[in-house]
Amino acid sequence: MNDVLRRSLVFSTFAVAIVVIGFLQSWNVALGIFNLCLISATMALGVNIQLGYAGIFNAGVMGFAALGGLSAVIISYKPVSETISLGGLGILICILILLLGSVLGVLVYKSNLSQAYKKILFPIIIIVVLLLLNLIGAPAVERIEAFEPAASGFLGGFGLPIILSWIVGGVIAGLVAYLIGKITLGLRSDYLAIATLGIAEVIIYILKNEDWLTRGVKNVNGLPRPVPYEIDLQESTWFIELCKNFGFPLVETSSIVVKLSYCFLFSIVVLTIFILSEVALKSPWGRMMRAIRDNEISARAMGKNVKARHLEIFILGSAIIGLAGAMLTTLEGQFTPTTYQPLRFTFTVWVMVIIGGTGNNYGSLIGGFLVWFLWVEAEPLGLYLVELITSPLSETNPLRIQLITNAAHMRYMMMGLLLLLVLRFAPKGIFPEGR
Amino acid sequence: MDFLNALALITNYILLPGFTYGSQLALGALGVTLIYAVLRFSNFAHGELMSFGAMICILFTWLGQSYGINFGVLPTALIFLPIAIGFTALYCFIIEKFVFAYYRRKKSDPIIFLIASIGVMFFTAGLIRFIIGPSDQNFNDGVRFIFNVREFKAFTGLDEGFGLKTSQAITILTTILLCSILFVFLNKTRTGKSMRAFSDNEDLALLSGIDPNKVVLLTWVIAGGLATFAGVLYGLDKIYKPFIFLQMLLPIFSAAIVGGVGNPIGAVVGGYVIALSELFVTFAYRKVLAYLLPESMEPSGMMQFLSTDYKFAVSFIILVIVLIVRPTGIFRGKTI
Repeated sequence: MNDVLRRSLVFSTFAVAIVVIGFLQSWNVALGIFNLCLISATMALGVNIQLGYAGIFNAGVMGFAALGGLSAVIISYKPVSETISLGGLGILICILILLLGSVLGVLVYKSNLSQAYKKILFPIIIIVVLLLLNLIGAPAVERIEAFEPAASGFLGGFGLPIILSWIVGGVIAGLVAYLIGKITLGLRSDYLAIATLGIAEVIIYILKNEDWLTRGVKNVNGLPRPVPYEIDLQESTWFIELCKNFGFPLVETSSIVVKLSYCFLFSIVVLTIFILSEVALKSPWGRMMRAIRDNEISARAMGKNVKARHLEIFILGSAIIGLAGAMLTTLEGQFTPTTYQPLRFTFTVWVMVIIGGTGNNYGSLIGGFLVWFLWVEAEPLGLYLVELITSPLSETNPLRIQLITNAAHMRYMMMGLLLLLVLRFAPKGIFPEGR
Repeated sequence: MDFLNALALITNYILLPGFTYGSQLALGALGVTLIYAVLRFSNFAHGELMSFGAMICILFTWLGQSYGINFGVLPTALIFLPIAIGFTALYCFIIEKFVFAYYRRKKSDPIIFLIASIGVMFFTAGLIRFIIGPSDQNFNDGVRFIFNVREFKAFTGLDEGFGLKTSQAITILTTILLCSILFVFLNKTRTGKSMRAFSDNEDLALLSGIDPNKVVLLTWVIAGGLATFAGVLYGLDKIYKPFIFLQMLLPIFSAAIVGGVGNPIGAVVGGYVIALSELFVTFAYRKVLAYLLPESMEPSGMMQFLSTDYKFAVSFIILVIVLIVRPTGIFRGKTI
């Protein structure tokens, strides 16, 4: 009973905070924050599965989120027929070569050739594949990127509804996680964190530089939405009627309705994932995971395949992060590879999970909510504080101007302090993991 | 002659930049490795420590420049380097006292240390951006080149040449000097030996009357000093950008792991291995091959293994290969 009380108290405090923002700033801002809170909570749930259930330190959250974003582009953007006719075939052949090369590699690896042969065959396969990719891919890529570089210059996507990309984003992230996990999961915690940090960087580099796929740093704008556009609402008669009847301002109401529809979609996802992970945690599978985390050796003695279980959980968690990444790109309506920064994505999500309480799904929810809320509100709050402290100084004092322009960066300091304080004084977080 | 031309090209585009960048990585990796050897955790805040040191140095350089202080042909920042080291060491001291000392007393899991270091990283990153702002700062004054490509060509009469930047010479020389001092300190002095003993076997070291607090504090001070050197030298050589240091964390960790974590010699060698292979793999060999091969075999493509955009990926690939093939690194460090 105590648990329930505590939970409802914390969650209702957060609800009050959102309502206060709604009254003080505007309902648009409050809903905007809440939508991103929902996405953060999804990511936190994904990381919690890895960090909380199994103690796997994934420092590559950013990479998986970006893969989700990529899938949003590939699924929803309409195909650019000109570039496809220019270089689509070349790219297709390249993909086939890559697949063939990997299959060949796996076959050689699994075959019973002697080590000496394998040592010669592997480099040969890699060099041949790279050469072929260069020969066939480079001209195709050049042709694609040369086509109207200011407006297009990439292949586009499949033109399917963007909601589909949430699932596809999860699947892509899961597949990449499988590859990465195969290589890195045998490592111990520190190495794993460093290796995944590296993988995330590499993924972002690829997304920034393969212009034929993502337009690189030129960004992809104008992704279709799963919800109506404000302008369409403002022009439809039923909506105008509705606003007139209730006396709502037309423009503001339309954007609130759009945000509410996003909120509805995201809430369904968050609730589904939350319920599923709660069920999984309470199931024999979840108990096994925790047993492996708490004592790997005895779990192994009980006949549990630790490596396979870790791989399983790494894929699951990464898939959820990928899904959240796709949701984020859907909400923003654009894909900007440069915004993926490890401080903003990877480590902030860690802070969410740790503050909420590692291993507790309620904790991840509230951690995602609270940390994102603070992350956004730190800017006005920091500005207010700095202005208060420097108010004795004159308006033109260079120190004051310097501090005020940099006040937004207070959020990093706040995150750091919050993490250090929680780790020191309440290492189990807001909601400690139950027994 | 053609051979010398090719050699000059490679020196200009690979060897000199490689050894400079390698020195910067080596200094960073030395700090990471020392912290790992003594405190047994991977310090994710090390990149930000480098940034912090460089920032302090820049602030004092600005102050000095406004009073008309300069160092002649050398960058003014070098005068203020000791002050920056002092501040960074003090900052490390504060971190140790307020953050890590507690977990050391509790004998927490290494992963808790790692999370704490991420908290420190966040805080330091915010502090730096709060003080100096997120934009680029160029603080390299003094003479840019010791000799440039044109002078080299005129002197030797070759078609290709290389220029030696002042910052490159300073970086490489400083690194050699610092590493020699550090190795003499670790191998010959009593304090250095006590540090190594503590790293090898903590219990035995305690039994021999080594004061753990002294060793740990000293490690932080040395790591902070090395981080300041690395940060300032990187900033002089390229440019100071607050966010670049988080990206440098990966090559630095790779260097430490490739060489063997906890092994200072390994960290230095690892730094050079990473930096040189980054450049060797992303260099376009077309011009070099044109000099070396007979005219009929002159290549038409760029002859580049990997596009320059993927420079950072190289350090990662090396890291993964080392982790799979030889997890203890080249010089048999500890496994994390």
